[in-house]
Amino acid sequence: MKQIVILSGKGGTGKTSLTAALAHIAADRNTLVLADADVDAANLEILLSPEKLEEHSFSGGYKAEIDQNMCSGCGRCLDICRFNAVIPPAPSDSSYRIDRISCEGCNSCVYQCPENAITSYRAVAGAWFVSRSAYGTLYHAEMKAGEENSGKLVTTVKNAAIKKCSEFSDPVLLVDGPPGIGCPVIASCAGADLAVISTEPGVSAIHDLSRILETVRHFGIMPAVCINRYDINPEKTSEIEAFCEKDGIPLLGRIPYDPNVTRSMSKGLPVNAYDPSSPASTAISGIWKEVSSLI
Amino acid sequence: MVIAVASGKGGTGKTTVAVSLAIAASEGTSAKPLLLDCDVEEPNSGLFLDIEYSSGRDTGVLVPEVNLEKCTFCGRCSEVCVWNAIAVAGSKVLVFNDLCHGCGSCSLVCPEGAIEEVTHVTGRIENGTDGSIDFARGILNVGQAMPVPVISSLLKEYLPKPDSSTVIIDSSPGTSCPVVEAVSGSDYVVLVTEPTPFGLHDLKAAVDVVVNQLKIPAGVIINRDGIGNSDVEKYCHTENLPILAKIPMDRRIAEMLSNGIPLLTGLPEYMDMFTSILSTVREEVGK
Repeated sequence: MKQIVILSGKGGTGKTSLTAALAHIAADRNTLVLADADVDAANLEILLSPEKLEEHSFSGGYKAEIDQNMCSGCGRCLDICRFNAVIPPAPSDSSYRIDRISCEGCNSCVYQCPENAITSYRAVAGAWFVSRSAYGTLYHAEMKAGEENSGKLVTTVKNAAIKKCSEFSDPVLLVDGPPGIGCPVIASCAGADLAVISTEPGVSAIHDLSRILETVRHFGIMPAVCINRYDINPEKTSEIEAFCEKDGIPLLGRIPYDPNVTRSMSKGLPVNAYDPSSPASTAISGIWKEVSSLI
Repeated sequence: MVIAVASGKGGTGKTTVAVSLAIAASEGTSAKPLLLDCDVEEPNSGLFLDIEYSSGRDTGVLVPEVNLEKCTFCGRCSEVCVWNAIAVAGSKVLVFNDLCHGCGSCSLVCPEGAIEEVTHVTGRIENGTDGSIDFARGILNVGQAMPVPVISSLLKEYLPKPDSSTVIIDSSPGTSCPVVEAVSGSDYVVLVTEPTPFGLHDLKAAVDVVVNQLKIPAGVIINRDGIGNSDVEKYCHTENLPILAKIPMDRRIAEMLSNGIPLLTGLPEYMDMFTSILSTVREEVGK
């Protein structure tokens, strides 16, 4: 199995649009499996217009709960909670309560309550899906807003996708990653053979590029870079290319600013399915060739 | 008044808006606004201001350190740890710092009082000023999974401020724990989106967390207006979400920002837009 993860550091540099377009090309193999690891902003579905086949609920961490009848109002939970999740009683009543959103699920209050008035339960934090798309089976998820454990949900989605891959000989798994460098990113790139990093020629994206490169290397994954909307700032594009060459990072190609990318989004299609001869589509074909030769 | 700038989708212009609000708030007042960059995974707002950093310190998570002379290897610490960050094997105690959330439960339950807590460094907070805006940011170290402790120490150190001053918070994209941590203490949230299906999908998730769950009043800025369709606007009308401003799709803006020039420096004609957003928000929150 070859596993390719699309990352960026900075958000909004075109990860999902690129993933969908690569999927459109790679679908020819008939051994393509797709995973959307950006569970906070799961948008790959919008471009692949898949049909949902299965839905599974995802329980995240624990949430504490105080039994009001057993609570003596001692305040021990408030004293020991490090996450400001215990709401002290209002002057008019005596009951302590848990703020579900702030609760980290550490269970410390459960053990510390002298009245054993606190229990915890595994809360439903989201759902994950198996869907059929024209390009291959898509594994994706929806995190409930404000939840924790998005890394765990990413791992769940990816493990299901990897299991699917075992049905094929020589499968390719394409993973649409989240922005940032933290827990869901680390979960999304675990075990990847190649990290395709989509960047832009701007000060923010370049700053974030260096952090995501350091992150994937920290975890022993080979990076390769493509530059999206390269024509917005040709000077910065050359700067990125020089930096990559000096650092021995493969350059996959440049994608020009192309309004067809946004238009294809409204049609629920990858840009190269919407208009195969558009400038972005042509550029992405070249990028896939480079990716194929690297893996 | 604390205004947080958030978005579900990344790259919609949070940093552009946060920096513009800070610059607008610094106009015609001697009270310097404070800009807090809480996007600790990718802290970029400082790139658009000429900040002279005056101090900084490491921060992180409190992790257990076991005194083996007192430890009886009873294993109670590992029983209570839901993160599997501490394990007892024979006469050894293994601590996995990167898994520890710093809840302190192990140290509280240890019957021998053998566990002390020490800081495991996962990031850094720094502050400075460009002369008219006070600035502070958190930076998560590369390879670390948890941004929240860095965000919370940044906020603990710099919030709350007196009500009279303006604080602008730049948050990370998404809708999960780092966003909740960054925006929870604010009086108002400005949600930045773009008029596309991606922008709309992720705006809905952001509204769910900010308005429905955290009960913080919010308004929307539509950036790159003109690139997509009117669905975002229709959604805002249906949900009764005020549209604070629309920033048109303008290649000049993209080019300026790519060179690190703030919107209001490169195109001062946008100053009125942000001054009026500030007064709308101030009226709304009554501060």
